[in-house]
Amino acid sequence: MGTISLVKARKAFGDAIIIPGVDLDIKDGEFVVFVGPSGCGKSTLLRMIAGLEDLTSGSILIDGKNMTEEAPSKRGLSMVFQSYALYPHMSVRGNISFGLKMAGMPKDEIAAKVAKAAATLNLTEYLDRKPRQLSGGQRQRVAIGRAIVRNPEGFLFDEPLSNLDAALRVNMRLEIMQMHKDLGATMIYVTHDQVEAMTMADRIVVLNRGNIEQVGTPLELYNHPDSLFVAGFIGSPKMNLMDGAPAAPYKCATIGIRPEHLDISREAGTWPATIRLAEHLGADTFLHVDAGLCGMMTVRAEGEYEVASGAKIFLTPEPSRIHRFDKDGKAIRK
Amino acid sequence: MATQQTRALGKLAVAPSVFALFVWMIVPLAMTIYFSFLRYNLLDPNIACSLMHPGQLFDAENRCLAGFSNYTYFLTDPAFFKAMGNSLILVGWVLGISVAGGTLLALLLDQAFYGRGFVRIMMIAPFLVMPTVSALVWKNMMMNPVSGFLAYLFKLVGLQPIDWFAHAPMTAVVIMVAWQWVPFATLILLTSLQSLDEEQKEAAEMDGTPPLSYFWYIVLPHLIRPMTVVILIETIFLLNVFAEIYVTGTGGRAGNLPFLVYQYGLISNDIGGASAGGIIAVILANIVAFFLMRMIGKNLEA
Repeated sequence: MGTISLVKARKAFGDAIIIPGVDLDIKDGEFVVFVGPSGCGKSTLLRMIAGLEDLTSGSILIDGKNMTEEAPSKRGLSMVFQSYALYPHMSVRGNISFGLKMAGMPKDEIAAKVAKAAATLNLTEYLDRKPRQLSGGQRQRVAIGRAIVRNPEGFLFDEPLSNLDAALRVNMRLEIMQMHKDLGATMIYVTHDQVEAMTMADRIVVLNRGNIEQVGTPLELYNHPDSLFVAGFIGSPKMNLMDGAPAAPYKCATIGIRPEHLDISREAGTWPATIRLAEHLGADTFLHVDAGLCGMMTVRAEGEYEVASGAKIFLTPEPSRIHRFDKDGKAIRK
Repeated sequence: MATQQTRALGKLAVAPSVFALFVWMIVPLAMTIYFSFLRYNLLDPNIACSLMHPGQLFDAENRCLAGFSNYTYFLTDPAFFKAMGNSLILVGWVLGISVAGGTLLALLLDQAFYGRGFVRIMMIAPFLVMPTVSALVWKNMMMNPVSGFLAYLFKLVGLQPIDWFAHAPMTAVVIMVAWQWVPFATLILLTSLQSLDEEQKEAAEMDGTPPLSYFWYIVLPHLIRPMTVVILIETIFLLNVFAEIYVTGTGGRAGNLPFLVYQYGLISNDIGGASAGGIIAVILANIVAFFLMRMIGKNLEA
């Protein structure tokens, strides 16, 4: 049904190469998240799949059919935009039904579909309002409603939650995941927020300068990052990366250890460190320490960890959790 | 404007300019109103009312007071109705042409093409030409039945050139005035087009909107506000068109209300009658403005 494949998809604006060439297979019903820093080409890639950007070369197969030259509306995909892109002069009903109206669907059928979508999204009482009379979360729902009614093979989300406040974002995240479960449709979701990526994705695609750095399940990326870039990008707080002397005993250029994989001791350990700053979150305490040759490191302590700035502690990495990288930033696996 | 004090200070600060503007407006208006109630004709040597018309009331300069007779004379003059009709025809046609033409041109100029910046600047040029100059250019270079460019084009396709000002004076005036005002509409509508949200265009594309539906359902609703602004501003200026009519000598058949006032004042030398006509024109313009503001104000709030 809704498989999406990119074959050597390439995008360049004149001399500026945005996407050098991407190969990717997305399975039917999969929830795939494109993640990466600003300007890594994740939105461009999504827009190429949507048909809003032409490919410079390569092709896009949807459901096995070559859709590279096909108009956006003919690809069987729906898109939810970052700014929602609702039509301001149309009511909620008008917004949700517009695509169906353009497709020439009979009126009673449209009404039934809109009613159903509105009911699922708790929008029934707002159907006759204009977008400007709605809150951010409700606008987001309308944008999703507009995507749902078209019954697409796949949904494309372009940073849909970035305009919402933190609490609402968590809510909408759950709702989108629930929607994915209920509809079983393929979804591609673009975000720069790695927490969203980790929590929502079946598979994460990490992009860096238009190249795919790694594709895998959230835990694969967390446990076995292929490169320094992925190691630094996935996980919060960031993985501690050290090169030079601390890496030498491990026979590699750089080693990485996550803040949650360091044992803290007041008496003895591998690396001595001085506490500079502690962030108390209640459930966790993040310690920012100066570990001499290792530089600044972040350590996670469970629960409330009472400690004074300037106190001396010792850190010991869990041996199996040490990530090793060669001088090109590629992971070294045993 | 948080406190009482800053508010009072603010009022004090704008008071001089408000006063200056008020005087600027009220003095000519008051004089016109005063003249409109006088029997005041420059060709009438008998300015001494007390001698010529004993028993009638007169002012300090010995001009007879006329009561409302200037107004009744102006309002019952057949020329008044003709001028009113001409005003309406002119305003209506030019509004229609500039809104429709402006929209089409704006849509065209919104497309990417080579030399767009230059074309846009050229596009605005007619709006910057003085009406008198534009009328002269149209009269002598474009619409002249012998040597005009339009006559040349007509002859090129084997048609008889039209003597515009003699046979179709109203059409000629409409063309000249529209030529000046279409760019204004284009400019306003073009800026509005460019403010149309990019993601909205893409959403429409994802919805599979064909071009005409896209224009009708997405672009046109977006343009309604600037269109009402264009209509409001143009109406006010189009009611005052004079130079094009005066310069081309089409006042006899295409004369509008300002032209009629001119005829009263400077051809018949009837200052009293012209003043009454001027006041009537002001009142009519205010009525039009009142309705337009109500109509458009509603649109702007929405």
